[in-house]
Amino acid sequence: MNNENISERLNTSKVSTWLADNIVSLIFVAFTIFGFLVSDGVTMNFFLTELSSRFFRNAFLVLSLIIPVVAGLGLNFGIVVGAMAGQIALAIVLYFGWGGLNGLLLTMLIALPIATLFGYLTGILYNKTRGQEMIASLMVGYFANGLYQFLFLFVVGVIIKVPNTHPMIKPDGIGVRMTVDMGAYDKGGLKYALDKIWEIPFMWAILAVFAAILLLQIWKIIRNKKNPSLYRYNMTMTVLNIILSLVMIVISLYAITTNSSLMMVRKVPVVTGLLIVALCIFNELILKTKLGQDFRSVGQSQHIAEVSGINVDKTRIIATIMSTVFAAWGQIMYLQNMGTLNTYGAHMQIGLFSVAALLVGGASTQRAGVKHAIWGTLLFNSMFIMSPEIGLSLFGNALLGEYFRTFMVYGVIGLALGLHVWRTNKKGKVTLN
Amino acid sequence: MSDNLLSLKNVSKEYSGNKVLKDINIELKRGEIHALIGENGAGKSTLMNILFGMSVIHTTGGFEGTIEIEGKEANIKSPHDAMDYGIGMVHQEFMLIPGFTIMENIKLNREITKPNLVSSIFGKRLETLNIKRMNEDTRKALDLLDMDIEEYVQVAGLPVGHMQFIEIAREIDKTGLKILVFDEPTAVLTETEAANLLKAMKKLAQKGIGILFISHRLDEIIEVADAVTVLRDGEHVATKNIEDTNKYEIAQLMVGRSITLDREEGLNRNIVDETILDIKNLHVAMPGERVKGVDLKVKKGEIVGIGGLAGQGKLGIANGLMGIFPAKGEVEFKGKKSALNDPKSAIKSGMAFVSEDRKGVGLLLDESIESNIVFSAMQINNEFLNNFGPVKLKDSAKIREHANKMIKDLDIRCTSSMQRVGSLSGGNQQKVCVARALTLNPELLLVSEPTRGIDIGAKKLVLDLLKQLNNEGMTIIMTSSELAELRSICDRILIICEGKVEGELPPDAPDAEFGLMMSGSGNGNSEGREA
Amino acid sequence: MVEVKRKKTTFRDIVNKIGFPTIFIGGFWILLLIAGGALGISVITLLSDTIKRAGMNGILVLAMVPSIQSGTGPNFALPVGVVCGLFALVCSIEFGFTGWAWLFVSIAFAIPLATLVGYLYGRLLNAVKGSEMTIATYTGFSIVAAMCLAWLMIPFQSPNMGWFIGKGLRETIQLDAIGGAHILSNFLRFSLFGEKGFITINGESGIIIPTGMLLIFFICCIIVWLYFRSKSGIAISAGGINPKFAQSSGINIDRCRIKANVLSTILGAIGIIVYSQGYGYAQLYTAPLMMAFAAVAAVLIGGASASRAKVSHVIIGVLIYQGLFTTALPVANQLFEGTDLSEILRMVIQNGIILYALTQVKGGDN
Repeated sequence: MNNENISERLNTSKVSTWLADNIVSLIFVAFTIFGFLVSDGVTMNFFLTELSSRFFRNAFLVLSLIIPVVAGLGLNFGIVVGAMAGQIALAIVLYFGWGGLNGLLLTMLIALPIATLFGYLTGILYNKTRGQEMIASLMVGYFANGLYQFLFLFVVGVIIKVPNTHPMIKPDGIGVRMTVDMGAYDKGGLKYALDKIWEIPFMWAILAVFAAILLLQIWKIIRNKKNPSLYRYNMTMTVLNIILSLVMIVISLYAITTNSSLMMVRKVPVVTGLLIVALCIFNELILKTKLGQDFRSVGQSQHIAEVSGINVDKTRIIATIMSTVFAAWGQIMYLQNMGTLNTYGAHMQIGLFSVAALLVGGASTQRAGVKHAIWGTLLFNSMFIMSPEIGLSLFGNALLGEYFRTFMVYGVIGLALGLHVWRTNKKGKVTLN
Repeated sequence: MSDNLLSLKNVSKEYSGNKVLKDINIELKRGEIHALIGENGAGKSTLMNILFGMSVIHTTGGFEGTIEIEGKEANIKSPHDAMDYGIGMVHQEFMLIPGFTIMENIKLNREITKPNLVSSIFGKRLETLNIKRMNEDTRKALDLLDMDIEEYVQVAGLPVGHMQFIEIAREIDKTGLKILVFDEPTAVLTETEAANLLKAMKKLAQKGIGILFISHRLDEIIEVADAVTVLRDGEHVATKNIEDTNKYEIAQLMVGRSITLDREEGLNRNIVDETILDIKNLHVAMPGERVKGVDLKVKKGEIVGIGGLAGQGKLGIANGLMGIFPAKGEVEFKGKKSALNDPKSAIKSGMAFVSEDRKGVGLLLDESIESNIVFSAMQINNEFLNNFGPVKLKDSAKIREHANKMIKDLDIRCTSSMQRVGSLSGGNQQKVCVARALTLNPELLLVSEPTRGIDIGAKKLVLDLLKQLNNEGMTIIMTSSELAELRSICDRILIICEGKVEGELPPDAPDAEFGLMMSGSGNGNSEGREA
Repeated sequence: MVEVKRKKTTFRDIVNKIGFPTIFIGGFWILLLIAGGALGISVITLLSDTIKRAGMNGILVLAMVPSIQSGTGPNFALPVGVVCGLFALVCSIEFGFTGWAWLFVSIAFAIPLATLVGYLYGRLLNAVKGSEMTIATYTGFSIVAAMCLAWLMIPFQSPNMGWFIGKGLRETIQLDAIGGAHILSNFLRFSLFGEKGFITINGESGIIIPTGMLLIFFICCIIVWLYFRSKSGIAISAGGINPKFAQSSGINIDRCRIKANVLSTILGAIGIIVYSQGYGYAQLYTAPLMMAFAAVAAVLIGGASASRAKVSHVIIGVLIYQGLFTTALPVANQLFEGTDLSEILRMVIQNGIILYALTQVKGGDN
């Protein structure tokens, strides 16, 4: 009797914890499905095209948030600072008219030291605002934006003399223009410099991705058989993953062989995709190193890490630098896809949107992984695509959808953070038992 | 070469002119279990801080005397040095990360790595973790302790006893461990767990490790230790072989009578044969000071003392009565049932509390003396207010008048009632706390650690004040770690051990009886732990 | 020798008392004023504008005091109060009130609305102790975004507020159409050092004193000041400085925090109504999004910290903050034509001071 009660309680608490953990993701899934139901204007084709291009634009930025979470810094809204570093590098490269793949690689190379410096400085700031990192990271974005504007609107022109005939510079010779065209890839510009290297049809990409996942799962099973104690392993998840992969492989094979309308979805940039995969692998591999273990130790308990002789401050700074550098590169990848540099606006929302995406994927301020980032980017962008459509078809007003998605961005962040704090506080209460 | 593993020779330490350790000599032999016992403030933790090279020692001018390890003088400047010398510590509060596996905790910041392509360029910190070897090491350490738990289990959710063993395993795993310090290891364990731990200690000692065993449980010391050193007020009282002594003697040595505060019987005592407070089965969830079922009756006009070692729960009683920490049980005050977990009704019913945490709970350090004094009375009894309809504004004139009276009555040394409390000396701060409690016109005054952190002269003044209040008819419950001061003014003294009343003694009972009770070896409930 | 030493300490004492940021930024403002005068910009106009803007923003900044005192930190969710005020203001127009009636109905409706919303917001803050500032920021953002939907969807009928085509409310609503623009500012308005003499009633030149608006600001200041001398206010302050102390004296801290945030929300609501009449327009949609940061920065510049604030900090802070930026704009334009230096300066100083205050917060390890 008693035992039954306990197991029952455990069960319900398991279900409710699972719900609380995934509530945000579930809302988004429901919303997207709802969107498909009410709006007849959206074809699968349009949706997938939009989704895939948004995914390849944003995934790298979202992935740059993972390391700070692991290291206990919470959600780094300060990747805005990294994005600025990327844009500064981009502006330099554009100014001198370098282009193509070499130009892009050069941009990334220039962005590296700038982002490292910025990351170092924000890292110091986070160490000084311990316990308030998240609000500090938001404010540091706003603060840095002031300095960024000072650089682009004032220093360029007043202190660094530039010719007012340059297409990037405003006609009066002071400051960089609001928007700067990056020039087409085939004409020696930077637009699509990465994306256009190699593109494959969407369904082929799906086939390749899921074939890879299938192989990975099989490898995991074999590895687990050989040495069960070494790795965390969940049989149900593996089986589910295998089934999912098989289904997707069948669907894509079917689409390819019958040349269905799904083959009309915009082609997929392979190199960009590979870079995203590379960052995923990096995020996983770093955790298997001494540095990664230090990130985790510091993230779990700064006090114990300190007592055990880990240099907590330095570890946190390294985590911030990594995040900032990846954000800079992510922003460069984002912009080469956009094709124009919106000098004063492109970086502004990056922090908010990326954090929201990560949270939608089921991450929290203390737990985030590659799968949250990927899943979150997909779900978050689905909502982004669907909400104007829903606004239009339900209320005849697309603007409503725009406002709605702004609401979702802030609401999701607020809800996820609030829920997390609430649950932590509840756990920490002193009770008689 | 002697077989002395560790020798502390004439170790002394002073903090800003205040000697807290005087000429301590301890010899620890290979394979010996050496117990260290003493009351709170006897100097045990300072001694350990010296042994581990904690920065608090070196930033306050270092220490005198020498530490020798295996006959050679050791220069321990940091915890890291201590580790290099082979000194390990099993902490009282666990230094374990709950979200990590046992192996990860044991190898925390001592991970075994292997080089890879990236690390050869970017340095050692990017070397890959060698999980297999770390698991093997962990296994070895766990096996040594007879723990058949898997090394990849998460620590969160394990029983406390296991956590203690993981801490020990971590120390064993450190290469070259020679000396292991156990700081009150059994305090948080159940009886079986404690028995297992003692067994493990013996086993480690047999392997040649020297063990310093800090404990207040005399039975355990008698059972497991080879020798015992008693500290009292920073002085080395005695070192005895266990065969040559018994727990009665140890207890006596531990308590002793160092500071003699004269006890003068008040002339006009007015204890009435009327129970003012009746506590039955009180439980209080005060972290670090849990109360697990206390019964206590207080007569009107008494001064009752509550003593015991730190962490045993003596502080929890007053805090529980006042509703500061969650509590349950039955409390009757002045014949009426008193609600627990409700500070407001406790104060209203006529109890007032002077907290042991003067700076944290007792005072608003940045506010003036007068606002501190009248705060509770204003909030609870609506005093010192001007009423303008529903609006209640503070009555500055009345507040000033009352504060000045209190300053005069209690002799609070200050420039004016407007002075910031934070700038007062400890003794005067304490008087402000008492003044705040008195402003409530209580019938029962609960005072915890009234003389903590204030100098000798001020101590006397505070105690005299309590005595004077009692003479005017106030019932007082005083909780203190200093036995001497309890004995100087209380009518009777309760000793709390492990959250329960171990026993009650008159103030003039012999030292040894106090010592035995504080160590849980009183006549009360010690039988259970005899095994 | 001894003399010099003593002088030094007193100087440092003064700096410590007023606070370094206050002196630094205040000094910067005076420097800009002098520079403006040297450049031929009318200092009188600058001061006049400063007083006007300080009066408009004053109550919004004042809203920071209760929340800071109660220990929940600066009210980063100021937009919550602001949208309450805007909603009341819009409803008052919708029901056809004009002029003074509009103003009173707006405020009368705003207070109960803000009380209710503030209560809920206070409950939320009690659930997320330790991370109030972060959660407050996103609560503010979310409310603004949610209200964007509301402005668009609620079927208001008044022709004074709708778009010319389509549904929903306009982004900015002109208040002169309903006789609400500058209604408080013009009440008993006079000017100093104008063309027509030292004091001119209803003057248009010189330092214009918007008496009505300043009056209501000062009344609010006095109410808040008195409140924190009352039993309830003293309990709130004590709970903010030292929760354990307050608790041991039988104070219900959660209730105190709710009270303080209700008060803060009400002040935010009244503040935006006063602001709107002074500006002449009510700005809806995303306009309130960033308002909290300016108000937080102002009170910090006035000498407050994230855990202690006084009414005097509000008055000093709002004067310096608004003064600095009303002065910086023309001066920067004169010096470097075509650059938007004053906006950049605002961003750096506003967000910089908030960051500085955050570094002074004693952080908890979570």
